[in-house]
Amino acid sequence: MFDLSTMKVGSKSEIIAIENSSIKSKLIEMGFLVGSSLEIVFKAPLGDPIAIEINSTVISLRKDEANLIKVRKKN
Amino acid sequence: MKIALFGNPNTGKSSVFNLLTGLRQQIGNFAGVTVEKREGFLSLGDKKYSIIDFPGAYSLYPRAKDEKIVYDLLTNKNQELYPEAALFIVDAANLERNLLFFTQLYDLNIPLILVLNMWDLTAKRGIEINIEKLEEAFPGVQIVTSNARLRMGKDRIIQAIQTLNLTARKSFFLEDYQVAEINDQEKQIAETNMRYEKIKKLIEVVEKVKETKTDTFSRKIDRIIVHPIWGYAIFICVLLTIFQFIFSFASIPMELIDGIFTDFAAYTSQILPVGVFNNLICHGIIPGIGGIVVFIPQIALLFFFIAILEETGYLARVVFIMDRLMRPFGLNGKSVVPLMSSVACAIPAVMATRTISNWKERMITIFVAPFMSCSARIPVYTLLISLVIPKIYYFGFINLQGIVLFSLYSLGLIAVLAVSFIMKFIVKSEEKGFLLLELPSYKNPRWPNIGISILEKIKLFIFDAGKVILAISIILWALASYGPNNSMDEALEKTKKLKRFTSLRKVDKDRELASAKLEASYIGRMGKFIEPAIEPLGYDWKIGISLITSFAAREVFVGSLATIYAVQDDGATKTRLIQRLKRDKNAKGEKTYTVASGVSLMIFYVFAMQCMSTVAVVKRETNSWKWPLIQLFVMGVMAYFAAFLAFQLLR
Repeated sequence: MFDLSTMKVGSKSEIIAIENSSIKSKLIEMGFLVGSSLEIVFKAPLGDPIAIEINSTVISLRKDEANLIKVRKKN
Repeated sequence: MKIALFGNPNTGKSSVFNLLTGLRQQIGNFAGVTVEKREGFLSLGDKKYSIIDFPGAYSLYPRAKDEKIVYDLLTNKNQELYPEAALFIVDAANLERNLLFFTQLYDLNIPLILVLNMWDLTAKRGIEINIEKLEEAFPGVQIVTSNARLRMGKDRIIQAIQTLNLTARKSFFLEDYQVAEINDQEKQIAETNMRYEKIKKLIEVVEKVKETKTDTFSRKIDRIIVHPIWGYAIFICVLLTIFQFIFSFASIPMELIDGIFTDFAAYTSQILPVGVFNNLICHGIIPGIGGIVVFIPQIALLFFFIAILEETGYLARVVFIMDRLMRPFGLNGKSVVPLMSSVACAIPAVMATRTISNWKERMITIFVAPFMSCSARIPVYTLLISLVIPKIYYFGFINLQGIVLFSLYSLGLIAVLAVSFIMKFIVKSEEKGFLLLELPSYKNPRWPNIGISILEKIKLFIFDAGKVILAISIILWALASYGPNNSMDEALEKTKKLKRFTSLRKVDKDRELASAKLEASYIGRMGKFIEPAIEPLGYDWKIGISLITSFAAREVFVGSLATIYAVQDDGATKTRLIQRLKRDKNAKGEKTYTVASGVSLMIFYVFAMQCMSTVAVVKRETNSWKWPLIQLFVMGVMAYFAAFLAFQLLR
C-alpha cells in the first residue's frame, strides 16, 4: 500500500482505500472510488500539486490531498 | 416558467446557457451570498422561460460556498428560485461521474431533460452510448445530444423544453431517497457509493468503449506548459504580453473617453443657464460618469485575455503550477491572475477573484490586491520621482530614478505577501482549503462565449460599482466647489484685489481664481485641518488637499496640485508643475519637496487605498461594507506609519 503522492509520474495504480477527512466525500463524488485505476500524469515543481488521470479526466490534487488516497501498483 | 441549469464543472454548461439565451442575460448574486447568479430568458411562442445557471457541482452535497446554493435550493421547495424543471448538462465522454448528481435530481422528482453535451468527443474517444437504453433506465426524462461549443443542438434542446413532461415520476433510481444532512458525511458517502455501484452497472449496459484513447494532444502540450522551467517562463511571457496590450491599447480609448467627457461637460456648461444646477451637471455628474466609463477599456481588455486563457484551458494549468508557491501566504493558485491583473488596475482584479471558490482565500486575495501598484499610481510616482530623485547613473547605466520606481513596485508586492500571510491567521473559516481541480483538455476559444463574458463584467461594473463611484464623486465635487458661509466669494474678491492680478492674462486670472476657490472650499479647509496630522509625514496643507481629492482616483493628485499652484497643465511631462513645486517653500522657509517628503509621499501612495472605485467594487464583490471599510482603514494606517517612518529617517 502506498500513498498516491509517492507514485512516480507515468505509473499506474489502483485505489484500495481513502482515508477519512473533510474532503473524503468530495473525492468519492469526483470518481475516486475503491477499485478505480488512475495514472499520475505530471507533477508540479516540488512535487506538489500532482495531476492524476482518472476516468479519462485529469484532476489536480495537492500533495496532502493525494496522501489520503492509498493505492496499489498496477502493471 | 423557471428552468434550472445543473451539471458538473467543465461540461460546457455555460456554453449551453449562452446558446439558449444569447445576450438576454442578467447577472447578479444569489440572495445573501456573493456567488454569481446568471439568469437568462428564452421566449418560445407565447411562453416565456427564465433559465438560471447554477454553479457547477459534482453532487448535491456541498464542499464550498458556491455549491451550498444548490443544496439549499433543492432541499427547500418553498424557495423562490426552486425550479419547475431542470436541464442537466453532462460531458458525454464522462458519463459515469456525471450521472451521480443527475440521479440525485432524478430522485428529487424534478422534471428533467438530460443534455449529452460534447457529443462529438465520444466518437473521438472511441465511446459509443446507447441513448435508448439510457432512456429506459430513466423513464420520464428526455435525452438530447448537443455540442454547444460549436453551437449545435439548440433546436433539440428547445424542442425538449417545449414538450417537457411535468407530471411526477413514479420510478426512482434509489428508492425512498432521503437527502442527507449537510454535515452528515457518513451518510453522504454511503449514498454516493450506493449510487456509483448502480451507475457502474448501468454504464456497462449503456456504453461501449471500443478502445481507450487518451487525449495525447493535451498531454503533449502539458509537457511544456507545466514544465518546471518552461512552464514559468511561458507564464511570465503570457503575463507580459497581456500587460503590454493593456498598457498600450487601453490608453487610446481611455484618452478618447476622457476627451469626450471633458468636451461634453464644457459644451453643456455653455448651453445650460449659469447656476448651481449647471455646476452640478458639468462639474459633478458628467465627470463622475466619465470617471466610471473610463475604466471600461481596461476591464474589457483584461477579461478578454482572462476569458481566452480560461476557454483554452491554460488558466487551470497556471493555477496548477502556482498553487504551491502561493499557499504559504494563505493564497491559492487561483489568486495569481487577480493579483497580476492588479498591476493594471485593482477593479477588474477584484472582479476576477470570482473564480476562487474558497471564501477565505477569496477574501484575502480581494483584500491584498490593491497593494499591487496599479497604473493610476504611475503619474504620481513619475511626478514625485522627477521632482525629488536626482538623475544619477551607477556603473554608467543603472538609473537611480529607475531603482526607486522598481522599489515602489516591489514594496507593493511585499505588502501583498506580508498582509496575506498575517490574514491567514486572522480570518477564520470553517471551510478547509483544497485544490481538487479538473484540468480540462485544451480547446480553441469560442468567441461568442468570450464576448458575453466581457459584456457581463462591464455591465456589472457600471451598474453596481458605478452607483457608488458616482455618489462619491458628487460628494467630492460639492466639497471642492462650496465653502462655509461666504468664504469662497471673499477669497475670490481678495484675489481679484491683489496688485499683480490685474496685470495677468485671462487664462492666468482664471487659474489664480480656481486656486483661491479650492483653497477656500470645504476640501481646502479639510486640507488645512489635517495639516497637523500630516506634518510629521512631511506634508503641508496643499498636499493635504490633494490627498483628499485624490481619493477619487490616485492620478487626480497631479491635477489637483496643478490647480492649487495655479500652474498650466502641460501634458505628460509636467515640466512647469515640477519647476513650480521645486521652488515651493513651507512656513519656515524650508523646501516643501525634499527627498524625505517626496519619498514619504510615494510610500504613502504605495499603501493607501486612494481609490473610491476599488472601495465600490470590493463592496459589490463582498456584498457588505465591512470588508471595504476594514481595507480602507488598514491600508490607511499602514500608509501613514510607513510614510511617517520614511520621512523621519530620511530628513
